Amino acid sequence: MELEKKLTSKIQSTFFKKHQEAIYKSLEDKHTTVEVYEDDPLATHMVLNMGPQHPATHGVLRVILELDGEKIIKNKLDIGYLHRGIEKIAENKTYQEFMPYTDRTDYLSPYSNNVALCTAVEKIAKIEVPDRAQYIRMIGCELARISSHLLWLGTMVMDAGAVSFFIWTFREREKLYDIFDNFGGHRFTISHSRIGGVANDFTPETIKMIKEWVTDFKKELVGWNKFLNKNRIFVDRNKDIGTITADEAIDIGLSGPNLRATGIAYDIRKIDPYCKYDEVEFEVPTRLEGDNLARYYCRMEEMTQSLSLIEQCFDKMKKGPIRVDNAKQTYPSKDEVYYSMEGMIHDFMMTDTGICPPEGVECYHAIEAPKGELGYYIQSDGTGHPWRLEIRSPSFANLQGLEYILDGEMIADTVVLIGGLDPVMGDSDK
Amino acid sequence: MNISSAHQKVIDDLKNQYPDDILEVTGYQGDILVRTSVNKIHDICRRLYDEHRFIYLVDIFGTDRFTSEERFEVIYNIVSLRDQLRLFLKVRCEEEDPHVQTVTDIWKAANWQERQTYDMFGVIFDDHPDLRRVYLPEDFEYYPLRKEFPLLGIPGSIELPSTTPDTED
Amino acid sequence: MGLESALGEGYLTTRVDSLVNWARSNAVWPMPMGLACCAIEMMAFAGPRYDVSRFGSEVFRFSPRQSDLMIVAGWCTYKMSHAIRRIWDQMPDPKWCVAMGACASTGGMHRCYGVVQGVDNFLPVDAYISGCPPRPDAVINALMKIQNKIKTEHSVLLDT
Repeated sequence: MELEKKLTSKIQSTFFKKHQEAIYKSLEDKHTTVEVYEDDPLATHMVLNMGPQHPATHGVLRVILELDGEKIIKNKLDIGYLHRGIEKIAENKTYQEFMPYTDRTDYLSPYSNNVALCTAVEKIAKIEVPDRAQYIRMIGCELARISSHLLWLGTMVMDAGAVSFFIWTFREREKLYDIFDNFGGHRFTISHSRIGGVANDFTPETIKMIKEWVTDFKKELVGWNKFLNKNRIFVDRNKDIGTITADEAIDIGLSGPNLRATGIAYDIRKIDPYCKYDEVEFEVPTRLEGDNLARYYCRMEEMTQSLSLIEQCFDKMKKGPIRVDNAKQTYPSKDEVYYSMEGMIHDFMMTDTGICPPEGVECYHAIEAPKGELGYYIQSDGTGHPWRLEIRSPSFANLQGLEYILDGEMIADTVVLIGGLDPVMGDSDK
Repeated sequence: MNISSAHQKVIDDLKNQYPDDILEVTGYQGDILVRTSVNKIHDICRRLYDEHRFIYLVDIFGTDRFTSEERFEVIYNIVSLRDQLRLFLKVRCEEEDPHVQTVTDIWKAANWQERQTYDMFGVIFDDHPDLRRVYLPEDFEYYPLRKEFPLLGIPGSIELPSTTPDTED
Repeated sequence: MGLESALGEGYLTTRVDSLVNWARSNAVWPMPMGLACCAIEMMAFAGPRYDVSRFGSEVFRFSPRQSDLMIVAGWCTYKMSHAIRRIWDQMPDPKWCVAMGACASTGGMHRCYGVVQGVDNFLPVDAYISGCPPRPDAVINALMKIQNKIKTEHSVLLDT
């Protein structure tokens, strides 16, 4: 008690004084759910700041912990160290111009963010996308999902101690980068999806590369599962750590594999399908325990399901156009732009004015990003710039859950829990 | 505007219970938006939670309409897992002293989402357990997503570190 | 055998500067200030394909006291700038700084209220890398430029 009251008077910050005082005060005032002795004769509670620069906090996340020995009594999260205000930038750009900004929100799986923006704008402007483009988008999304889970796996296992795993997953990611480079032109932040379709089609070389990689990766995944699933150290490090029940998870607003690890099979691809997810068969991996190990199993299973999804997409894909044929709704193809006058004028109008949804309407569309439910809410005022574009980022809600989960855990588990929850700070801080 | 029967059931029940407070129902491409009055939003949310099992709060965010009356809007995005429905609620509040009752006692997920709306627009949520800014430091005095705030920011509103080394004592 | 035949009588004359700079430039230990997407490219730059440890940067020390090159990768917000400056101040001399990517160099595509338009507003940057994100080859190029800078522009007289 005595120590806590003196906490705010002990702070001597050289910058952002009001901010530091406010956050330490809210740590003092926070009600703890952990049993702790009220009168602490030795005054052993310590306040530890896992600052924004830390090797294991997956980006710039600041966690302020009040500790009783090794046990966390209370904690507070401080985010916003990567806040740019892209929602404000969006009000000054056309919908297509905003595409590269979406790449940089969840920068571990950029393709899914592109598809999220495209599907939201296509919903509000009532654009029908041809089938082949939908399948190409699905393949891109699933490759991005595998890429994001690979990085999650590498960093989480490295934080738990096995450093060489990071190198193995990065080797696979480099192969994925080659594939993205081949059809998108860039290693990972490709803005390949265009509103109304995709930028360019798959060449036969790309298709061969993807199919070869899928067969090779299946064997790798089997090897990794054998290595980790029954590994005594890994299981002990993750079993019964950070347990959260299904009711609590729904209440705190988790989504994605974190929610599915508690038993609720909420997957937007099944509940509200977009692209062609209602025509392919896949399972949604769910677990009941709700601890860190369950989240690990969910994501590993998701990778296997993604591989089978990619194969099904290749089987179902038929030849056809990759962009809708309407000049008011999408960019014309480069052939038209170079060789016809109307094509050039349409290209110019598209870049200058952009797509104009009807005035006064608003709509929301969510996709199943690797981190959770990523949704775009657009309010249109009839011009090519949105009046309001809001991004429902999954990492923001998941981090709220982290504040809830960390109470009562040991400090050494903080790192493994942050890894298991998989937040991306560019996504949560927008 | 076609509203599905499941949505219509929920809206009819709300209209029965709170006849004067359901001001407008709009729908576009399957998203149903219900605009209610500001003072009853907490009771309406409580009813939706208890009766219709809208237990999953996805998002709370704000909009600036830039009109002289009822300038700010706060939009709630809630999902019912039992009936697989998504519903949007909207309230409007004035520019001078915007106050909305908090819903953190119904859904814990509302905590950070309301803080985000406060940070960006300045909408104050009454009885919120911890209303602080979430993205910007507390020292920042403006509300960025309001339409009159310039995109490049106001010079001097947020400090940069000094370029002479900090001598730690 | 080989060295004795080159040395002849057994003496090697050089400047202290050259020797010390040669040692320093071939063992540059970076401290990654990985903020955003460029951090992923920096991880790839340390990864198996564009291996940076063959250039001497064997370990990425996350502690500022144990490193001599700070690579700022990603956009720097005003809120984060104080933390970065404090870490820069904690690094012991001699130290160098690389601004990786368009966002760290000039603010990049993020021309808005939250982002510092270039890390050189509060840090003395030695090399800028363009790209969004730059390929790891470009980061290796910058590392080589820093190595060059150490060899040619730094002197032991500057060390206090």
